[in-house]
Amino acid sequence: MKNNQFISFFEEYGSLIEENSPALLNASRKKAFQEFLRLGFSSSDADFYRFMDLPTLFATDYGINVRGLVPTFNPYRNFHCDVPGITSLLYYVVNDTFVAALQSNLPDGVIVCGLKYAAVHYPELLRQYYGASIDMQYDGISALNMMFAQDGFFMYVPEGVALEKPIQLVNILAANRPLLANSHNVIIIGKGAKSKLVVCDHTMDKNVDVFANRITEVFVDDGAEYDHYKVESTTETTKNFCTLVVNQKENSNVLTNVISLHNGVSRNNIKVNLNGCGANTMLCGMFIGGKNQHSDNATSILHHVPACNSRELFKYILDENAKGNFLGRIQVAEGASKTEAFQINRNICLTREARMYTKPQLEIYNDDVKCSHGATIGQLDDNAMFYMRQRGISEKEARLLLMSAFAADILDNIRITSLKDRIRMLIDKRLRGNGSHCDGCVICK
Amino acid sequence: MLEIKDLHAEINGKEILKGINLTINKGEVHALMGPNGAGKSTLSSVLTGHPAYKVTQGTIFFNGKDLLQLTPEERACEGIFLSFQYPVEIPGVSMVNFMRTAINEQRKYSGETPLSASDFLRLMREKKDFVEMDNKLTNRSVNEGFSGGEKKRNEIFQMAMLEPKLSILDETDSGLDIDALRIVASGVNKLKTKENASIVITHYQRLLDYIVPDFVHILFDGKIVKTGTKELALELEEKGYDWIKKDLAAE
Repeated sequence: MKNNQFISFFEEYGSLIEENSPALLNASRKKAFQEFLRLGFSSSDADFYRFMDLPTLFATDYGINVRGLVPTFNPYRNFHCDVPGITSLLYYVVNDTFVAALQSNLPDGVIVCGLKYAAVHYPELLRQYYGASIDMQYDGISALNMMFAQDGFFMYVPEGVALEKPIQLVNILAANRPLLANSHNVIIIGKGAKSKLVVCDHTMDKNVDVFANRITEVFVDDGAEYDHYKVESTTETTKNFCTLVVNQKENSNVLTNVISLHNGVSRNNIKVNLNGCGANTMLCGMFIGGKNQHSDNATSILHHVPACNSRELFKYILDENAKGNFLGRIQVAEGASKTEAFQINRNICLTREARMYTKPQLEIYNDDVKCSHGATIGQLDDNAMFYMRQRGISEKEARLLLMSAFAADILDNIRITSLKDRIRMLIDKRLRGNGSHCDGCVICK
Repeated sequence: MLEIKDLHAEINGKEILKGINLTINKGEVHALMGPNGAGKSTLSSVLTGHPAYKVTQGTIFFNGKDLLQLTPEERACEGIFLSFQYPVEIPGVSMVNFMRTAINEQRKYSGETPLSASDFLRLMREKKDFVEMDNKLTNRSVNEGFSGGEKKRNEIFQMAMLEPKLSILDETDSGLDIDALRIVASGVNKLKTKENASIVITHYQRLLDYIVPDFVHILFDGKIVKTGTKELALELEEKGYDWIKKDLAAE
């Protein structure tokens, strides 16, 4: 019924993929294929991809790295991130393949490697996590990832270990012809462990139609702390789909902040499972778009157990013909007493052509909870504009001040000073129309 | 300095100013009085270039420049300052950032180099004392969470920072208790020089006890119907606006 190029592709090359992949990753391929046959480019919830024409987005004749070939160039040699003071430990995934690090300065017991490597060398560790939090019956795009995923990023921080430096993962799309990259990342943060991950999404070539369909699964154990930052600075020909599932146990603390400064069509499917009492999560995001750029954030925060706390904040600034969509679902399960869940989505449309769609959705199956949501779509405040201009501030500067002010609370949710300063500078640059590339490494220079 | 001739202006197609003539020279303080709806605030909005108002007739020249050809920010940089009747709250924009941007934009306009961070902070400290403004206020977002009195004091603080040639004080006395009124008025008086001028818009004579005007104009139905010295304000206070209406009816 849902015939498409990837079905015939899998039928033809599925066995070749299996030959080149570890058993652990192959285990879910057939099931993924069955779900994809059923769902195709859709979700079992018809509203989920309402503002995205998936068949058209996937219509290009994309190639897939069937044999798990390692990219020919070495990003460790050529692509250092120059963001001042970032002092992170840097790793790369080129398309769907982890590029082995030359050196590592990790504390004892911490593992950072490719998913494929982990599946071979740490199968007992990975087995219980790989794909464990992915709902393929619900989402055809996740199923597509698990049909083809052969590698990605793997990170394990054992119990009690606090990583001082942030880990940085740079995802690079590099292809000279259309490509679909299905990478799959698994991050495990042990009991009481602490770490921060900065993910940068980049595209090498500004003219090639490239598609990233990535999944990141994060498992945060009791009392652990984890920050997840994602900064997208890709190209107008990039389609960037990221499924992020965060699973939190008792008293864990997670901050997620996804910022998109330059893109083509982006989609973040973010799900936070609050599985242990006393877990806290802060989920934020920001999209600054112009031209025909489009960004969708579909989030769901699931309060499965009592006494968890969630805060959600998403902001969009849409210029020219940009399109934004926010779908924010909060579900409080029966019995999840003392839940606190607050959601805010604020949006500015700078032109008549810019479009914003927002749909907050609270499903509460328990009494004794505190929940709220608020969504606004508006323009810059005319009174504030006039007030500033009366003091001699030009219209352009006044707009910038107001837009920077609008972005301020997203920046407040970055707990790495050097990254925060950089993003502040990038937002300012982006709003001034001086480009939005991060200039941190040669990709954006 | 300022020369307004036969000024007509409307908002949403409704004519509010119906032929204003007013000349202001350096060193002068002019009080503008009149009942609600007479057009006092409209005049200040038109002088500062508020986009909602449309000038349909007449001219305004400021130090030889055709004001109506200038944007609001250019007028500000030429030295026109409005102390707003209702100062606007701007969450997320700090007072420091706001003031530094304003000062440096004005300096850029006059071809001066931007003020260094230390010079700017020194200037802030100096002018803050001037209106007895609390330190914590300048650390906050512009007017956010300020009380009515604090907002008005902040307007005078900004005026002290920017040192305008012509300042328009739009109902600066409204919402002020007597102590705050004294502080605000003394701030205004201290800023007065032979080179600058001000227009004081007020309902009541009270403020004019503190800021003594050289001229008092009474605005009624979009026109200046009476001009005199400070005694006119006292007479108005005593007889009320009905006196003006009767006077006009008798003509």
